[in-house]
Amino acid sequence: MNDLWGNALSDFWSGWIIVITLGTIVFCAWVLFGNRKTDKRPDAQGNVETTGHSADGIDEYDNPLPRWWFILFIGTLIFALGYLALYPGLGNFRGLLGWTQERQWQAEMERAEARYAPIFERYRQTAIPELAEDDEAMRIAERLYLNNCAACHGSDAKGGFGYPDHTDDAWLYGGSPQAITRSIAQGRGGVMPAWNQLGDDNLRNLANYVASLSGAEHDAARAARGKALFSATCIGCHGVDATGNPALGAPDLTDDAWLYRHPGQPVREAVLATLHQGRKGRMPAQAPFLGQDKVHLVAAYIYSLTH
Amino acid sequence: MSQALEHPTYNYKVVRQFAIMTVVWGILGMSLGVLIAAQLIWPELNLGLPWTSFGRLRPMHTNTVIFAFSGSALMATSYYVVQRTCQARLVSDRLAAFTFWGWQAVIVSGLVTLNLGWNTSKEYAEFEWPIDLLLAAVWIAYAAVFLGTIRRRRTSHIYVANWFYAGFILTIGVLHIVNSAEVPVSLSKSYSAYAGAVDAMAQWWYGHNAVGFLLTAGFLGMMYYFVPKQAGRPIYSYRLSIVHFWALITTYMWAGAHHLHYTALPDWAQSLGMVMSIILLAPSWGGMINGMMTLSGAWHKLRTDPILRFLVVALSFYGMSTFEGPMMAVKTVNALSHYTDWTIGHVHSGALGWVAMITIGSLYHLFPRLYGQQEMYSVKLIAVHFWMATIGTVLYITAMWVNGVLQGLMWRAVNDDGTLMYTFIDTLEASHAGYVVRWIGGGFFLGGMLLMAYNVAMTVRGGARDAQPAARTA
Ligand code: HEC
Ligand code: HEC
Ligand code: HEM
Ligand code: HEM
Repeated sequence: MNDLWGNALSDFWSGWIIVITLGTIVFCAWVLFGNRKTDKRPDAQGNVETTGHSADGIDEYDNPLPRWWFILFIGTLIFALGYLALYPGLGNFRGLLGWTQERQWQAEMERAEARYAPIFERYRQTAIPELAEDDEAMRIAERLYLNNCAACHGSDAKGGFGYPDHTDDAWLYGGSPQAITRSIAQGRGGVMPAWNQLGDDNLRNLANYVASLSGAEHDAARAARGKALFSATCIGCHGVDATGNPALGAPDLTDDAWLYRHPGQPVREAVLATLHQGRKGRMPAQAPFLGQDKVHLVAAYIYSLTH
Repeated sequence: MSQALEHPTYNYKVVRQFAIMTVVWGILGMSLGVLIAAQLIWPELNLGLPWTSFGRLRPMHTNTVIFAFSGSALMATSYYVVQRTCQARLVSDRLAAFTFWGWQAVIVSGLVTLNLGWNTSKEYAEFEWPIDLLLAAVWIAYAAVFLGTIRRRRTSHIYVANWFYAGFILTIGVLHIVNSAEVPVSLSKSYSAYAGAVDAMAQWWYGHNAVGFLLTAGFLGMMYYFVPKQAGRPIYSYRLSIVHFWALITTYMWAGAHHLHYTALPDWAQSLGMVMSIILLAPSWGGMINGMMTLSGAWHKLRTDPILRFLVVALSFYGMSTFEGPMMAVKTVNALSHYTDWTIGHVHSGALGWVAMITIGSLYHLFPRLYGQQEMYSVKLIAVHFWMATIGTVLYITAMWVNGVLQGLMWRAVNDDGTLMYTFIDTLEASHAGYVVRWIGGGFFLGGMLLMAYNVAMTVRGGARDAQPAARTA
């Protein structure tokens, strides 16, 4: 018995649901049968005489229920009872098939796993640089990328505002096979606090100084004033030469690759906005649902884009 | 309007007001529909401004067509029908006037605040709490006027149209009040009183019955008066109306869970939503059959009477969408159709094919009678409107069916390595043509409404242009 009855609901609510569900079905059957027949005789056109009440000139025939419709109705009621016998529906009764949506999902996942896992296992032992040369593997990897990564990093892998470009040589966390695999499998999260406490004037100086590092348009006087503050405040993360720190995901500020810059936006304005707002990019971990084998393959795809 | 228009017994003023606003709101709501349909083709039309973005305009479209257009149509016709079939004037002219002005206030303030981004995020219940309160007050007044008028009827029997109107009015009141229970945190923001799966279930219990009672039961009330009137035929079967009425209102209540298939909602609740939706096929078709069979013996009138054509085609679309609905409620079908344009097609086969068509037909019957005319200014324009509406609806829903099935199939297609064959953006590209066709269909439908507005304006000003005696019945 225990197989057939769960205990998600209290006995009261389970009983209540059973009673009102079956009650509804019985009620439908009752109105249906109760109104099936009429003793009145049809007229010349085959219509049964009217009920006798007329509303604003509208009369009502008292024709019997159309037979096919009557049968259709009974059919739906029988279907309902059959379904409720087989599937969960009547309160805690689990149904004869023991079906649940979780079990259906698990069964489908297991079937897919059994069928497709061997395809990905084949590449498990191949090192990433070598895998990146394998055309067939990269075809599969590209599909994995388009399914799972393109929504954020773009179909062309060139990223977007807040999403790193995988086709350039600028890496937040490093471009070695290990670093890429780690980024994908476990995710990443770079955090830089906002710097409003330094005051707007200082932030502008800093922004001009940062812009000067990559030779972008800047105000030289302000940049000169920002240099000292940069050394005092920023090098802890971005490094003495401002070329970044992959351990923290702190970007290189001397190249022309910008994570937080809208197309066409002047660099110093983009930097200023970053300093005002702080940044907190988040790359979700993929291993929990892709599994190590697929992560390995897609990491090789990312690697192949720059090698 | 002049004194001459005043009916000796009945209050036609409020009916006229609601009838005119039905046309006005219909045009606004459908223009918004055409605009958002265009935005789905040309995203630049969002203009980069919050107030003109799809996210703000979409709820304005749904609320305008459901509450402003459909709501006004139901209020106009229910006030007309209840007076004529009960042979009694509305219980209170002042309360009736309050429902008119109150309803317009709800709509205008609702649309303005939605455009400002106030939104509870519950579909079809997006209005924030101050407007919810006003809506509840107006609705209670509406129920009082309608039911009070039934109480003072001079006939022994309550005509079937009034059962449906009464059922719709009572249920919508309860649904609105229960689902809109919320905790205000400021004038423009509130949080739902429910949480998690319970909140979702309350929302779709509401959402589905908004469809089932407002867009279905209410319009069946309309059908039960205007079809026999326009056809000049008795209702086919009184006992059929009893059976399908009681079965319809009982089973609709259960069906909301079919909007939450394969979600965190417990399995048992999903199953009940599904089986009740299947049962619902029969009572829904009961209404269609009763309408269609009422026309038997009057089929020849279809050739000359475009109003009757509107009513018949509305019934056909009603039958179609209530066949489609139960099919989509089957879990395996829903697994394909959910999240796709198929749902949007289903919605508009009900909304354009049934709700809008039956409204348009009924209003063409109504306007000349409200303004003391023999018939509409131009019957030919009605015929043109009929074709525009039909073509528009067919284009809209076929485009969405094709898109919906295409999207569903593309999303689940897999390569032999188990990866998905298409990215989301691929399916958007594949949907592009369908969006263009839908937009054109919407344009046809809207164009028809503009013709109607002209025809109504000329009728109100007085006089028919091309009198066609055959088209005039009862
Ligand atoms: C929800 C959006 C999102 C998805 C999906 C996503 N990423 Fe990321 N990814 C990010 C963000 C944001 C960062 C930058 C994190 C930071 O700022 O610290 C990032 C960083 C990375 C990095 C590190 C880049 C560097 O310069 O060091 C790699 C590699 C990467 N993603 C690969 C992938 C792959 C492969 C996938 C698909 C399996 C994927 N991402 C899916 C948002 C996403
Ligand atoms: C606590 C470590 C830390 C400190 C201190 C720090 N940063 Fe950052 N900075 C980061 C990290 C991490 C990121 C990347 C954030 C992300 O991935 O979302 C970043 C990002 C930036 C960016 C955005 C780069 C781009 O590509 O868009 C700029 C500009 C920047 N920092 C400048 C500064 C300046 C100027 C200072 C000194 C006032 C500073 N940072 C201090 C850690 C730091
Ligand atoms: C000219 C006529 C119309 C056009 C062009 C139109 C267009 C649209 C569009 C483009 C959407 C958004 C679809 C999406 O998000 O993908 C929509 C949604 C909707 N429309 Fe219309 N519409 C029209 C008339 C109507 C009418 C008359 C009604 C109701 C009586 C209606 C009810 C709805 C509803 C309920 C939705 C939301 C559907 C959902 O969320 O599933 N529409 N419409
Ligand atoms: C027997 C009658 C009907 C049944 C069983 C039914 C069933 C359904 C189902 C299963 C869905 C899809 C839910 C999802 O996957 O999210 C749906 C959506 C919808 N239906 Fe129906 N339908 C019926 C009749 C109608 C009619 C007559 C109308 C309109 C006049 C209508 C309007 C809608 C709307 C507006 C939605 C979209 C809700 C949303 O997601 O926003 N339905 N219906």
